[in-house]
Amino acid sequence: MNAKTALYEVHQNSGAKLVDFGGWDMPLHYGSQIEEHHTVRASAGMFDVSHMTIVDVQGAQSREYLRYLLANDVDKLRSTGKALYSGMLDENGGVIDDLIVYRMPVDYRLVVNCGTREKDLAWMEKQAKEFDVQLKERPELSMVAIQGPEAIAKVKAAMPSQAPLIESLSVFQGLQDGEWMYCRTGYTGEDGLEVLVPEDKVAEFWLALEAVGVKPCGLGSRDTLRLEAGMNLYGSDMDESVTPLQSNMAWTVSISDRDFIGKSAIEAQKSAGVPSKLVGLVLEKRAVLRGHQKVIVTNKDGSESVGEVTSGTFSPTLGYSVALARVPCTISENSGGTCEVEIRGKRVSVAVVKPPFVRNGKKVYK
Amino acid sequence: MSTIPGELKYLSSHEWVRLESDGETVTIGVTDHAQDLLGDVVFVELPEVGSTIAAGEEAGVVESVKAASDIFSPVGGVVTEINDALEDAPELVNSDPYDDGWFFKIKISDVKELTDLMTAEAYTELCEEEL
Repeated sequence: MNAKTALYEVHQNSGAKLVDFGGWDMPLHYGSQIEEHHTVRASAGMFDVSHMTIVDVQGAQSREYLRYLLANDVDKLRSTGKALYSGMLDENGGVIDDLIVYRMPVDYRLVVNCGTREKDLAWMEKQAKEFDVQLKERPELSMVAIQGPEAIAKVKAAMPSQAPLIESLSVFQGLQDGEWMYCRTGYTGEDGLEVLVPEDKVAEFWLALEAVGVKPCGLGSRDTLRLEAGMNLYGSDMDESVTPLQSNMAWTVSISDRDFIGKSAIEAQKSAGVPSKLVGLVLEKRAVLRGHQKVIVTNKDGSESVGEVTSGTFSPTLGYSVALARVPCTISENSGGTCEVEIRGKRVSVAVVKPPFVRNGKKVYK
Repeated sequence: MSTIPGELKYLSSHEWVRLESDGETVTIGVTDHAQDLLGDVVFVELPEVGSTIAAGEEAGVVESVKAASDIFSPVGGVVTEINDALEDAPELVNSDPYDDGWFFKIKISDVKELTDLMTAEAYTELCEEEL
């Protein structure tokens, strides 16, 4: 029996195609995944992301704890509500999960992936033993992501009393009104909000958004949107077997003057040479790049090295296929490089680029 | 529940076949159930007009947002026509799988091959088992 979000019946009534996602029954789409994708790029769509795990970190040493737990440094969060994207690493520098940490009025709040919930909580509890902190999961909070160029205007229209709070948000900031929390974050490459809502209020909130023209969107379009935006998906694009340096996440590692889990492994990898990296691939032919396809890189001396597509899809915005792939560091994504991908038994030449592919509705890679 | 027209014949790999009024041309496509499983179709690769295909042979590929699937020809013969509209509008496979979303036509070599295919009843049972 799968877990269900507080919006399950609303999704059923909207004709959602529900699928298993990490032990939850979640909407894949409400008719057409591609139409939902275009809606988010052109106006506003909303996603039920209540399956994600919310954990409050409280206590006198919550700052010290998070500075040790996370590869990015929470000391960068200089004002209330500011958010930070970070990897949570093991001692080898492998990525246990990627997450967002918010600086709350007192203490911190983390949003982590649902598929990694149990191992994340076990790891966080284990590390917490050395600190004066308490971890408190918040399963009673639902979460709705409203994304697209018209998203913020439409949330304000649906929740007029919250308009001043929403207008005051800077990018990557979340502010509370009681238990509600409005965050200017997302996973689509568009402007928008992620709103934490008490679960007994979320159906009413969802229907109010629908009434002002926000279209329900499923996890199918969420995946094509995030991939166009060059955002990693945990478990596909990175996991414990690779470091942030191999995952296009070097920018999230803040070495600074502190120790954190995985720091020595990251520094050792830096000095020894990073063995692989995550790049973007573009295929402007009538075929689709997909996860686990083999990537072949021809080196200067004619020898071949092998990589792998970590996620690939048809890009509805561009009209052709894009992918993230882990490849040897010999290849450059800055100078019109190419490599080959084995698609259904045939080798096809693809362009190597630096992600993202699409931001704010427009092609951005070179 | 998906639509399964009674007058068509089916393959267990979710292709449908319609014998046209000339008694020797068949039209082939994929079923409503298949398009529902595939999700939004983004490319369709079709056989060349004039090529000869054997029954059960791979005749093309349909790529959706989710996966690539082979299309098998339910009967043998010569390809007489392909649905060019699918090049610019692959979504026809989703919106109208039995009419505007057809894939290709074959001049059938042996009409008796049609009797080996699944009836609508048998195909309905298969789809129910898969659910």
